[in-house]
Amino acid sequence: MRLSAVQSAYTRPTNVANQSLSSRATAHSNAIGRAAYFQGTPSRRAKTAIFLIASDKRRCFSSAQCNQAWLSPGVCAVLKAWLSPGVCAVLKACSQAEPRHAAWLSPGVCAVLKAWLSPGVCAVLTGTAMALRSAAARLLTCNGRGVALTAARTQSTAAPQKDSDGKLRQAVKKPKVQFDWKDALELEGQLTEEEKMIRDTFRTYCQDKLMPRILMANRNEVFHREIVNEMGELGVLGPTIKGYDCAGTSYVAYGLIAREVERVDSSYRSVMSVQSSLVMHPIYTYGTEEQKQKYLPKLARGELLGCFGLTEPNHGSDPGSMETRARFNPSSRTFTLNGTKTWITSSPMADVCVVWAKCEDGEVRGFLLERGMPGLSTPQIQGKFSLRASSTGMIVMEDVEVPEENLLPHVTGLAGPFGCLNSARYGISWGALGAAEFCFHAARQYTLDRVQFGVPLARNQLMQKKMADMLTEITIGLQSCLQLGRLIDQKKAAPEMISMLKRNSCGKALDIARQARDMLGGNGIADEYHVIRHVMNLEAVNTYEGTHDIHALILGRAITGLQSFTVGK
Amino acid sequence: MAGRVLVGVKRVIDYAVKIRVKPDKTGVVTDGVKHSMNPFCEIAVEEAVRLREKKLMKEVIAVSCGPQQCQETIRTALAMGADRGIHVEVSGKDYENLGPLQVSKIMAALAKKEEASLVIVGKQAIDGDCNQTGQMTAALLDWPQGTFASEVSVDGDGLKVEREIDGGLESVRIKMPAVVTADLRLNEPRYATLPNIMKAKKKKIASVKPADLGVELTSRLEILAVEDPPQRQSGVKVESVQDLVTKLRDSGTL
Repeated sequence: MRLSAVQSAYTRPTNVANQSLSSRATAHSNAIGRAAYFQGTPSRRAKTAIFLIASDKRRCFSSAQCNQAWLSPGVCAVLKAWLSPGVCAVLKACSQAEPRHAAWLSPGVCAVLKAWLSPGVCAVLTGTAMALRSAAARLLTCNGRGVALTAARTQSTAAPQKDSDGKLRQAVKKPKVQFDWKDALELEGQLTEEEKMIRDTFRTYCQDKLMPRILMANRNEVFHREIVNEMGELGVLGPTIKGYDCAGTSYVAYGLIAREVERVDSSYRSVMSVQSSLVMHPIYTYGTEEQKQKYLPKLARGELLGCFGLTEPNHGSDPGSMETRARFNPSSRTFTLNGTKTWITSSPMADVCVVWAKCEDGEVRGFLLERGMPGLSTPQIQGKFSLRASSTGMIVMEDVEVPEENLLPHVTGLAGPFGCLNSARYGISWGALGAAEFCFHAARQYTLDRVQFGVPLARNQLMQKKMADMLTEITIGLQSCLQLGRLIDQKKAAPEMISMLKRNSCGKALDIARQARDMLGGNGIADEYHVIRHVMNLEAVNTYEGTHDIHALILGRAITGLQSFTVGK
Repeated sequence: MAGRVLVGVKRVIDYAVKIRVKPDKTGVVTDGVKHSMNPFCEIAVEEAVRLREKKLMKEVIAVSCGPQQCQETIRTALAMGADRGIHVEVSGKDYENLGPLQVSKIMAALAKKEEASLVIVGKQAIDGDCNQTGQMTAALLDWPQGTFASEVSVDGDGLKVEREIDGGLESVRIKMPAVVTADLRLNEPRYATLPNIMKAKKKKIASVKPADLGVELTSRLEILAVEDPPQRQSGVKVESVQDLVTKLRDSGTL
C-alpha cells in the first residue's frame, strides 16, 4: 500500500540519461530506504539516514545534480562515529530539505542539539552549510520549527565533480521550455512543412487582402464577388479534390485554410465552405464524369459561383420532410422542380445551384440548376444581422425544367446532403476557432492597452480569468480538430466525430466572442474593433450546418442508441 | 538566349517579430523565434520567375546558405516558382560568422558551377542590412552589376536596369552575365498557390558543403558586442529662444 506507492514513486529516476546502472540500483535501494524511514523506529531511522546520506554520495557521482557533494565516505564515517541518531536525522532532513520530515524540529529539540554539539561538529556542519546553503546553517542558529519548514532547495556550490572516468562534468541544466500563449500546446510541431507553408501563405493573403475590405463590406452589407476569383487563383477552393485543376491537399490543410479565413470573417469562410464542400464536393463525389469536367475546373478557379439548396422555410433541422418536388417527364427526359429553398449562401449571385428535391419514389436526389433556367429565381434576404459580408438568399423554383444529365446519379436519400454537410462542418470546426482566436487576441491587446484606475485592464483578475478560459478552450479545440483532420485523411472518421467538434468549436467560439466583446467595454460594440462582427456572425455559425442542439441529439443517439429527434417512437 | 538564373534567398527573423538582444550580448535571440524569407529575396525570386515565364530565362535555381532550417526557405522559393534549390550547409560557429564576403564567394562559385547567366539577390537582408553581397559577388566574378533595381528588362544580349539612386532613377545597360540586386519597387511578389506548394515538395534541393565549392569561411570580422539602442530620454521644453541658447551653451553643445 503506502510502501509500494512510495517505492514506485521513487524508482523512477529523474536523470535517467545521466545515471549509470549502478546508480539506478542505488536509487532503488534509496527508495526502499526512504520507505523504511517512514516506518522504522528512531534508531533505525537514524541508521537509515546515515545509509541514505552515504548512498546519496555514490549516486551523486553519476547523477547530474550534485547536492550532497560534501558527503565523502570519509566524512560519513566521521559523522557516523560521534553523531547521535538525532543529529543524523537532522543532517538527513537538511540534505533532503523536505519540510514534513523536519516537523519534529521543535525549538526544544534545537536547544538540545545546540547544547551538546561540539564546536568541531558545528564547524563541520557550518562548513557544509556552504554547500547545502539553507537548512543546516539556519538550523544551527536555531530559529525554531519554521527554519526547516522553510528550508529552500539545496544547491551545491561545490566544484564540479569528476565522474569515474576522471572527465569533468558540468552541472547540466535542461533548457527551460517557454510557454507560448499563441500556441499553447505546440500545434506547430504537429503540422507537416507543407501544411505550415499553406497556412502561412494563406494567412498573409487573408491579412493583406481580406482584412482591409471587411469593415465596410460588413457595415454596408456588400459581398465582394471578386474574392472568390482571388481564392480560386490561390487554389484554395475545393482543396481536397484530386484532379480537375484542384490542389488535392490533406483535410488538415483545408482546416488550416478555413481557420485563417474565418480569422478575418465568417462570411468569407462560409462562401469558401459552400463552394468547396457543398458544391464542388457533391459534384466530385456523386456526379458523372461529364458534370465533373464541365463544372469543377471553373468552380475551382472561382469563375463559377455555386450554392447549396437543402433548407426550406418550413424544414430546417428536419430536411427529410422537405416539400420541394422533382417530377420526371419521360417524354422530354427532364425533371420538373417545384419548391422554395431559403437561407442559401451566395444564391443571389450564384451561377450553379446544387438543389436537393424529393422524387416521386419518395427519395431525395440532387440536381444541378443553372442561372438562366426559366422559373428559377434567387431573391436576396434583407435585414440580415449576421454574415453580412456574404450574400444570402432563397432559391425559388416554379416549374423549372432540369435536363436528366443534371441529376447527380451516384447518391440517393439524405446520405447525399449529409455527406456534403459533414465535409463543411469539419471546415467550420477549424474556422470557428480562428474567429475565437481573433477575439481572444483582440481582447488581450485591448486590455493591455487600456488603463483604468491607474493600471491596464489586463492587470485585473476577472480579465485574466476570462483570458485563461479562452486560451484553454481554443487550444484544446485545435488539438481535437487536428486529430479529426488526421482521422479523416486516414478515412477513419465517423460523422458523429464531426458533429461533436462542430458543436464544440461553435459553442465555445460564440462564448469567447461574447466574453471578448464584454472585455472591450463600450468599444466592443463598434465594428472598428471587429469583435462585435464576430459575435454577430458566430450566432449564425452556431446555428447553420446543424444547430448546437441538433448535434447534441446526434451524439445522444450515438451514446444511448435511442433517437430523440421525433416524438412517439 | 535563355540562360539560368541563380537567386540567393536568406532565412531571417520575420519582420513582424520584436527583436530581443541576448543577455550575453553576443547577438540576438533566434531560438524559437519565427523566421521567414528576407522580403527583398522574395522580390528577387519573383523577378526571376517572371523572367522564366516570359521565356527569357530557362531555369531558376534558388540558393540558401545556412543550417538545416534554410531548406524551408528554399521550399518557399520553389513554391513561388523556382525550378530547383541548392542548400549550402553552414552551421554552428561558421553560421554565426557568415557574412556577405563568405556568401558572395559561395554565390560566385555556384554561378560558375551552374553556368548561370544572371544572379539576382535582394539588395540587403533585414537582419544585417549590409547591402554588400550582390556587389561583392559581381566583383569576384568580374561581372557587371545593376544594383537597387526597380525595373529589369532584357535588351538584346544584355539587360537594361532602372536603378533607384538618391537623386532619382538611373538607367544602365549591362552585358550578361550580370548580377542584379532587387529593390522594393521591382515587383510585388506573388502568393504561392496551393498547387504550387504541393508541387514544391517534389522539386529537388541539392545539398553542398562550402568546402566542395572550394570556399573558405573564416571571417575577418569579430562581433564585439550587440546592444540595445539607448533608451530615449525625455526632452526639455523651453519658453523662448534665449532659454534654448542658454541651455545649449550650458550643456557644452554650443
